[in-house]
Amino acid sequence: MLLLLLGIIVLHVSVLVLLFVSTIVSQWLVVSGHASDLWQNCSILTSVGSFQCQPSSTNEWLQAVQATMILSIIFSVLSLFLFFCQLFTLTKGGRFYITGIFQILAGLCVMSAAAIYTVCLAMNCIVNQP
Amino acid sequence: IAPRLLKEKCSLLHKVLALDLEDVVLSPTLAIHVYTDREVHGTVGSKVTLSCTFWSSEWISDDISVTWHFQPEASRDSISIFHYAKGQPYIDDVGAFKERMEWIGDPRWKDGSIVINHLDYTDNGTFTCDVKNPPDIVGKSSQVTLYVFEKVPTRYGMVLGAIIGGVLGLVILVLVLAYLIRYCWLRRQATLQRRLR
Repeated sequence: MLLLLLGIIVLHVSVLVLLFVSTIVSQWLVVSGHASDLWQNCSILTSVGSFQCQPSSTNEWLQAVQATMILSIIFSVLSLFLFFCQLFTLTKGGRFYITGIFQILAGLCVMSAAAIYTVCLAMNCIVNQP
Repeated sequence: IAPRLLKEKCSLLHKVLALDLEDVVLSPTLAIHVYTDREVHGTVGSKVTLSCTFWSSEWISDDISVTWHFQPEASRDSISIFHYAKGQPYIDDVGAFKERMEWIGDPRWKDGSIVINHLDYTDNGTFTCDVKNPPDIVGKSSQVTLYVFEKVPTRYGMVLGAIIGGVLGLVILVLVLAYLIRYCWLRRQATLQRRLR
């Protein structure tokens, strides 16, 4: 029983860490020479050999992807918090409904973010300046 | 002695007050002040209101005149496009603003605004509003710069904030509703059980 609990907590925390890393790190689109993500475009200036970063365009679709990624982080944090709340207040035979619902919402948000980004890259609605 | 002192003080006060009044009347803001916006944004094809209000220390007479000049972007010529004099507005009917301009001002209400319809990129530039109210003719005219865009640029973060706020609000609403329904249902169960006993 304790093992199950520990496993769930580890999974929760790792999901949260992954979400944070994927939202912040500049690796959404990596082409040789430059990497861009939700917040900035970075490119290596071969002459200087160092990274040069610019903030990315204020596109509506890019903003939608940023918004859904932030929402998924919020939902995941809330789910972890509610998991601990319910652990100590749930009656015998009760189910972790709220925790599950928030985690499902977080998953849906991440899925929609990835879907929007992929489709928009293919259809050129997110313009990534190199 | 006391009434004499009082009388002297009274006359002194009278002199001081008179001096102050004279100062107010002799050095007023003897100029006409014209106020417009600094910048106006418009989209292609839509209309825009160029508002011009003024303040004059004299009564608004029938000789009042309002003039609008236009200086296109990257040009040094200032063209006169509108003139109002002796109670009659004269709108440009041969130039670039032919059939596009409307006079919506009323000098009696200190308003000299015009409206330009069907904006185009050639309307980018500076508009100058000049009001003269004889004998009050000394004053600075005011300029407003018109920027014409393809579509009004939304500020960064509007879409972001809208999506986050909307989804969070929806989730909170659904949760509150669910809890309310559950609370009502439980109370109904409790009253039913009490009745059965």
